[in-house]
Amino acid sequence: MAKITFITQDNIPVTVEGESGSVMALAVDNNIAGIDGDCGGVCSCATCHVHVAKDQFSLVGEASEIEKDMLELDDSTDDYSRLCCQIDITDELDGLVLTVAG
Amino acid sequence: MTCTNNTQDTCIIVGASHGGVNLAFALRKDGYTGKIKLVDADSNLPYHRPPLSKTHLVSEQPAGQLLKPIEGYEKAQIELTLGVSVIDVNRQYKKITLSDGSVQSYTNLVLATGATPIIPPIAGLKEAKNVFTIRTADDAKAITTAFNACEFKRVVVIGGGYVGLETAASLRKCGAKVTVLERESRLLARVTAPYMSDYFYGLHQENGVSVFNDKNVSEIRTSDNENSVVCSDGSEYLADIIIVGVGVRVNTVLAEQADLIIENGIVVNEYNQTCDKNIFAIGDCCAQFNPHYQRWIRLESVQNAVDQAKVAAAVICEKPPKYNPVPWFWSDQYAVKLQMVGLSQGYDNIITRKESDKPGSFSVWYFKGEELLAVDAVNHAKAYVLGTKFINSHVEMNKHKLMDNTVSLTADIVKKIA
Repeated sequence: MAKITFITQDNIPVTVEGESGSVMALAVDNNIAGIDGDCGGVCSCATCHVHVAKDQFSLVGEASEIEKDMLELDDSTDDYSRLCCQIDITDELDGLVLTVAG
Repeated sequence: MTCTNNTQDTCIIVGASHGGVNLAFALRKDGYTGKIKLVDADSNLPYHRPPLSKTHLVSEQPAGQLLKPIEGYEKAQIELTLGVSVIDVNRQYKKITLSDGSVQSYTNLVLATGATPIIPPIAGLKEAKNVFTIRTADDAKAITTAFNACEFKRVVVIGGGYVGLETAASLRKCGAKVTVLERESRLLARVTAPYMSDYFYGLHQENGVSVFNDKNVSEIRTSDNENSVVCSDGSEYLADIIIVGVGVRVNTVLAEQADLIIENGIVVNEYNQTCDKNIFAIGDCCAQFNPHYQRWIRLESVQNAVDQAKVAAAVICEKPPKYNPVPWFWSDQYAVKLQMVGLSQGYDNIITRKESDKPGSFSVWYFKGEELLAVDAVNHAKAYVLGTKFINSHVEMNKHKLMDNTVSLTADIVKKIA
């Protein structure tokens, strides 16, 4: 079980709880604005872009090569960007803060 | 967020798949305060379609990865009417009639009616056993059930398009003996260059799927428990299960009945409005003039359905719409990730680039003269991303650099310096 906070594009923090599955699915299930996950979670659409809090980046780790390339589609990508369909929920992610990319 | 609509308005959306569902939620996001009603003949809670032929056939997970959880609809006050179809549209009185006999009024009507798989007129096909198309969650469930029940697991796929090939790959992974019969002289003939056709032919053969081109299925003979798929050249293939993947026909019955203009789909303007400005059409069912490619096109893709949904929602809420005119697609077969951007139709030269440092990664770049039209990228998201940028920006590419696989692919390297 992990509590994950999404900071939406309107700068509103929303904390939700998840047990398993991807962070994207958790966001969609909780109707987090700005996380669409149009491809269903196969790293094909780049509509689930989040910025991970800097000091927590090691919790989620680096993006894979495909994911890094896909992130280049978005001009707002930075060193702490991830596509959250590629992050699986584990207990270790408890307290994670993700800012939905604008 | 403000919206000029008032609470008395009603938007009825016919079709609750990627287009219809995204439209409903986009309306709320854009501040729509009226009633939103989503109607679909499919009784399942709206689900992702692409995984049906990809992961769902092979996973334990039942078909029907939801687009949104049920609570999402309740929270957004989107009324779902599932398992019911719309049988009549009265434009004059702005009313629709449902198959359960009820009549509902609309301020705006959105046709997101999609398309239906074609069942070709092959002798004996209707009488044959275990014949399936793959478009709905129920189709995927029925295939899984039949597959688990049959002893020999011989599958014949009629049609070597994306849906057919994905289904072949998925069932092969489950241990099926799969044969793909393609009518044309190569796979994916309508949408890709011969290089890609050859690649997918090889990929499926390597994975143990028998692929045959130039096969015109003429008859299905059915005995006790098996079908024999007979081709016009006399060849025969035994099948416990037959998958038909030969394309779709657009669902335009309602639009026809409403006397809307139809030409290879329901004709819409840049705002996704039909010839009746209160009736919109989005997704697979509509034909629209594409400003990038300067021609009328009808697309069958998730991205197009979602983008057009956002356009229609913005227009209904009197906001400026934003549409991305360069389409993109994806297909997953075995461990291969294919990503496509743009439309290759009309290309007159291609560049095929194999990555020297990444075996199995390559890309096909379709040009018309110097203009990049489309890119097919296999296991190479970078090519897909760069292709997207170059197509959108109309920036010319340095083809010599693009061809040179000793240098890695970056935007700076392949940009043509004027």
